[in-house]
Amino acid sequence: MTLRFACGVLCGFWLPLLSVMTAAAAEPPVNFGRDIQPILSENCFHCHGPDAKHREADLRLDSFAGATATGAVKPGKSAESELILRILSADPGEVMPPPKSNLKLTDVQKQLLKRWIDEGGQYTKHWSFIAPVRPAVPMVPATARIQNPIDAFIVARLATENLSQAAEADRVKLLRRVTLDLTGLPPTPEELDAFLADTSADSYEKAVDRLLESRRYGERMVWEWLDAARYADTNGYQGDPTRAMWYWRDWAIEAFNKNMPFDQFTIEQLAGDLLPNPTREQLIATGFHRNHMINGEGGRIAEESRVEYVQDRVETTGTVWMGLTLTCCRCHDHKYDPFSQKEYYQLAAYFNSIDESGANDAGGLANPLLSFALPEQQKKLDELRVVETDANKTRDELDKKVRAAQATWEQEFSQLLAKSGGPEWTVLSVVDTKSETGATLKVLEDGSLLASGTNPSQDSFAITFKSSLASFTGIRLEALPDDSLVNKGPGRADNGNFVLSELKLQLNGQPLELAAIRADFEQGSFPLSATLDGKPETGWAVASEFGRPHTGLYEVRSAPAAAGDGKILCRLEFRSPHVSHVLGRFRLSVTNAPTATFRSIPDKVREALAVASDKRDDAQRKEISEYYVNNEPSLVAAKKVAEDARKNRDGFERSLPRTMVMRERAQPRETFILVKGAYNVPSDKVEHGVLTEILPIPADAPKSRLALAQWLVSPTHPLTARVTVNRFWQQFFGTGLVKSTEDFGIQGDRPSHPELLDWLAVEFRESGWNVKRLVKLIVTSAAYRQSSKIAPGMAERDPENRLLARGPRFRLPSWMIRDQALAVSGLLIDRSGGAPVKGYQPSGVWEDATFGRIQYAQDHGEALYRRSLYTFWRRIAAPTVFFDIANRQNCSVKNDRTNTPLHALVTLNDVTYIEAARGLAQRTLLSSASKDEPSRISEMFRRCTCRQPTAKEADRLGKRLAVLRTTYGQNTDATQKLLAVGESKPDPQLNPAELAAWTGLANLMLNLDEAITKE
Amino acid sequence: MQPNAIPPDFLNHAAQMTRRQLFAGSAMGLGSAALASMMAPDLNGAEPQQRFGGLPALPHHAPKAKHVIYLLMNGAPPHVDMFDYKPELEKWRGQEIPESVHQNQRVSTMTQGAKKLAFPAFTGFKQYGKSGAWACDFLPHTASIVDDLCFIKSMHTNAVNHAPGITFFLTGSEMPGRPSMGAWMTYGLGSETQDLPGFVVMTSRDKEATCGQIFYDFYWSSGFLPSKFQGVKFRGAGDPVLYLSNPDGMSREVRRGLLDDLAEFNAEHFAEFGDPEINTRIAQYEMAYRMQASVPDLTDFSTETKAGLEMYGPDVERQGSFAHNCLMARRLVERGVRFVQLFHAGWDHHRNLSTQFEIQCRDTDQPAAALVKDLKQRGLLEDTLVVWGGEFGRTPFIQGNINERTQWGRDHHPYAFTTWMAGGGIKPGITYGKSDDFGFNAVENRVDVHNFQATILNQLGIDHERLTFKFQGRQYRLTDVHGKVIKDILA
Repeated sequence: MTLRFACGVLCGFWLPLLSVMTAAAAEPPVNFGRDIQPILSENCFHCHGPDAKHREADLRLDSFAGATATGAVKPGKSAESELILRILSADPGEVMPPPKSNLKLTDVQKQLLKRWIDEGGQYTKHWSFIAPVRPAVPMVPATARIQNPIDAFIVARLATENLSQAAEADRVKLLRRVTLDLTGLPPTPEELDAFLADTSADSYEKAVDRLLESRRYGERMVWEWLDAARYADTNGYQGDPTRAMWYWRDWAIEAFNKNMPFDQFTIEQLAGDLLPNPTREQLIATGFHRNHMINGEGGRIAEESRVEYVQDRVETTGTVWMGLTLTCCRCHDHKYDPFSQKEYYQLAAYFNSIDESGANDAGGLANPLLSFALPEQQKKLDELRVVETDANKTRDELDKKVRAAQATWEQEFSQLLAKSGGPEWTVLSVVDTKSETGATLKVLEDGSLLASGTNPSQDSFAITFKSSLASFTGIRLEALPDDSLVNKGPGRADNGNFVLSELKLQLNGQPLELAAIRADFEQGSFPLSATLDGKPETGWAVASEFGRPHTGLYEVRSAPAAAGDGKILCRLEFRSPHVSHVLGRFRLSVTNAPTATFRSIPDKVREALAVASDKRDDAQRKEISEYYVNNEPSLVAAKKVAEDARKNRDGFERSLPRTMVMRERAQPRETFILVKGAYNVPSDKVEHGVLTEILPIPADAPKSRLALAQWLVSPTHPLTARVTVNRFWQQFFGTGLVKSTEDFGIQGDRPSHPELLDWLAVEFRESGWNVKRLVKLIVTSAAYRQSSKIAPGMAERDPENRLLARGPRFRLPSWMIRDQALAVSGLLIDRSGGAPVKGYQPSGVWEDATFGRIQYAQDHGEALYRRSLYTFWRRIAAPTVFFDIANRQNCSVKNDRTNTPLHALVTLNDVTYIEAARGLAQRTLLSSASKDEPSRISEMFRRCTCRQPTAKEADRLGKRLAVLRTTYGQNTDATQKLLAVGESKPDPQLNPAELAAWTGLANLMLNLDEAITKE
Repeated sequence: MQPNAIPPDFLNHAAQMTRRQLFAGSAMGLGSAALASMMAPDLNGAEPQQRFGGLPALPHHAPKAKHVIYLLMNGAPPHVDMFDYKPELEKWRGQEIPESVHQNQRVSTMTQGAKKLAFPAFTGFKQYGKSGAWACDFLPHTASIVDDLCFIKSMHTNAVNHAPGITFFLTGSEMPGRPSMGAWMTYGLGSETQDLPGFVVMTSRDKEATCGQIFYDFYWSSGFLPSKFQGVKFRGAGDPVLYLSNPDGMSREVRRGLLDDLAEFNAEHFAEFGDPEINTRIAQYEMAYRMQASVPDLTDFSTETKAGLEMYGPDVERQGSFAHNCLMARRLVERGVRFVQLFHAGWDHHRNLSTQFEIQCRDTDQPAAALVKDLKQRGLLEDTLVVWGGEFGRTPFIQGNINERTQWGRDHHPYAFTTWMAGGGIKPGITYGKSDDFGFNAVENRVDVHNFQATILNQLGIDHERLTFKFQGRQYRLTDVHGKVIKDILA
């Protein structure tokens, strides 16, 4: 039953209206585009299609010339055509498609192919590659409700199915539907009242005009465009730094609100920078093609990234403007559509000369940039640049000087090494000990300290020592085993380990600057150097070398301290997350021997120095000079100054308002076909060019993005207008006239209403690409205004409502559900634009995704109640409050609409929704319009659904309220907890139990299928 | 209402419950009664079928396994240190591996150009069990179950970097964007539970946090399949499932009451609007409610015996540890979850083989072995396929200075590595395939990633060439255009 119907729908769809109306008795001729091409494409083109490199048996079946040249198709003679012989063959070695392909033709398909050849075997161009011509509007019976030509096409199509239009939706549903569709928010009770009171014939049209003028219109319309543009607030990949592309996002909202014609919208985003004297807005617009991910990983090859960005732009342009899947042409000719790999790279040429390096080369962003720095900010940045340049210069000059003195140093150093037998260490004598948590620290005979007693999770020791040495060059910390410790220590953890997170020393009240030299053993990622990094969570540890002494050596970098009492204050901190990882027994010693005697001198350097200077080979000379320059204190200091200057400049630069835009390089890059898409395997050089099967570009067109943008919106382009109106159609009706929004190619779906699609495309283009006009045409059509009730049997017959025998009905996008909840609760802060905000999110989501490197710092106050559009979008961990969302990693023009328990959990339990329920309850209880329980129930229900509850519904809600009242009346604790959800405060005037009961009721109403559905 | 208006999806999810199950799920019964009245009468008496969702044509053949637990060792474990014993490496210690062996094949940029000095196993090796399988001294627990395992020592792959390597193993392609194995399976076969997601993901890493690789969410993505097939990641802290708990101050009884009303409202709305999505929604809200009970029940280890817990080692009660996740995996398949994907990071020993390798073995050896034993004891191993392995192997030559113990390491190595499988109709106690004497190249019965995937699908009753999905004009499958079932390892 289902199957028969499915065939009925599919076969019926493409039927030209005329043939139906004439109702010819004879079988109509086979239509190549409708009947044959899909069979050939699906089953044959993979091996016998446009891809020349992988073509089998030199046979191509995607053109008349190809198919007839080899005799596969003999026009008029199916019995002699090899194609037919092969598809009918019973021999597994002969039959096509071959069994191993898992493809199989049905008998109907075989008969169709036969008939097609007998009728002449003619080929026609793929429908979407022929420019649309405005079709005649079909004649329909006078009884049909026709608001505009859209309806004539829909009604005529319904007639062929013996179906008729559904009744118009009631006015409440209609206003809710169109208000959500055009603004993303539900109508207010006042707007509803005004609309219901307006009995004029054009009341609906007036409402539509009002909504189109609302600033919220752009905020709603921009969502799908953000998905298509892979917009996000971070770069993606490891590190995932923040970017500021919201300038572009705000530009796009404004463009929708200003009703910028779509051709201009296209040109400014693809090539705004190439317009004469571009405005600031036109430059911001070019951010469209800077929204792709940026890979700033350390080891990345910049050019590899850059090539990926160029390819992303080609493919995104293909999907968004032309509904084409070009990705396969990165590596080879298209398998189904007539596009070559060469043409792909010709398109790439347009995007290949952006003034970019592929590196993350501008403080978290990638050039080219547009800066909005104020003059004083720019001045400060310039100053910091000067400091950086100077510091680099000082460093480089010193580097030269130091290198020049290498011979002298070498001589002294070699002598030192020769005579020294290792430094002498003096154990420091303990004057005083203190443990922050009161652990006992006992001084043993050998001068070491042993900890015992209380063993808290973290601790800090402050030890005062006295030294007989007036100054010193090195410190030695020994971690010692002891029988009193687990595994003999040296730590107090339950395995004998410790994590020394910080070591700090003061001499005569002056802090000493230390540098870690080496430890005899370091556990995994717990090096000695981590004891000096200022981070409490990192440190030095020794698992699993327990029960043995370990030594850490430090060099004193400070100049000899001023004279004083000679007291040394040593602080050892144990603040890592690892519980009780405190040192159990340890000892501190000092030396004043030259650092060279205890510094870790690599064997290779020692070996090289042992060789006479004129006998050393290149590697040995390099070992010595590198060791020298990397350890010369003055140079080390100068390098640090330069690095600090860089950090200062970089940090400040990142804090400035900047966004990424397009700009061409002075010298264009050459473009090559890349073998298998690999950046480093170029083959033939190509010039700028387009997909000629679609539409050739004038020979004299400039080789610039501007020309490409103009080509896309040229009146004869067969795809742009169709693809664009289809996307808008999908937005309002849930499914496009072409269901495969992303693929208008040969393998894509055929349109359900081909004439309507063409009519709309031509209408759109000829109206001057007027988006609001198109939107108005759609939402004022009788098709859109139909009731969305599903007639018996129609759920099976037309589950996706492709025939439009009723109005659209589907669950709101998750972002719109959230906006609606905020709006009806009165919490919404309805302010446009600006930097993104961080709303409520369960703890640990970002931390989980980034190993704790990126912390989620939730915003407070108004930021929590902004529209979903302004929510900060981290590319590697999208906001969890949304579901069924585009991944914003690459271009997406079609969203999922699934129905899962995980979604229910969000709208039932997320803080936003509970707080909104409380807000809705509170505003209802405080409402001046509703003073008694029934009217309050009605008001609340109406805010969520726009309609009044039936008596039965009101009764059910009243009973539930009574139960909730009892529950919360008896449980103050639960009441307080429920009311404490969310950061806004409940009105203290209200009885808490009453508010809690109504909050529960509101939570129910906000989850009604009717509330979260556009119907 | 018309019985024939019930969508297939709804039948899959809700109607196969018995009446008793339906009412049992509800304290007050109102919502459930509304739900029950929507079921086609002839379904009520039918045998409860233990499958929810999935394609009607699947399985393609009688399955050997119903569940998969995939222990992905993120970072790539060193095969020559763990299972693939190569005495020859000891003889060549510190000498260059002959060019006839390495053939100057591409290695990672980190060791490209460096001398390939043979570096033998880090610790001792012995043979175990009747099968005489080799295991290193750091794996006493795995050593005790070798007769239940099938080692594949001839794995090889194309990828040399972590994210592409893992993506290749899980999706059949190195580029992100295709569905993960668990998504394919739940798409094709549905699940055996409606109280829990059919495809669950859990991650853990070494306590020392030596490796910085991100667990990218595209590893468990549904790709172009509908997003409901995406793996649900159970979190390592707090609620395992996001938004699972009712808000503070809302008890389970209050929630039940609200859901009962909600179901009535929605059922009445369905009667008026006839949209099958409404029925699906009622069922999904009920499933959410059941998950609120079933997930805490799932994570409540108090029902385990002391011995049962100890078997998994000291970390078992620490949420987010590999041991914890292994026990969770058993509890998940026990409850009918189709595919459990575990990741454990910390194997990327470029410079810390001497410190980290032993820790890594200790953290994973006992839990993984316990999982197999536990499944076997409970009779679950028969229809659960356990898979253990990394995204590639590690070089049999040293990365770092052979004279500096603290610097010992191995680089990424795609040309030969070892994985093991257990249960699910795989031959136990065998070793399949071989690498050369240096563990450099897989030389006998080579197994590529697509073959590996085809075999896993095969055990679940899926012909890997026939589980396809059309996207952007092309039929896609997990094994791309490759893959052959490894018949020799099937029981």
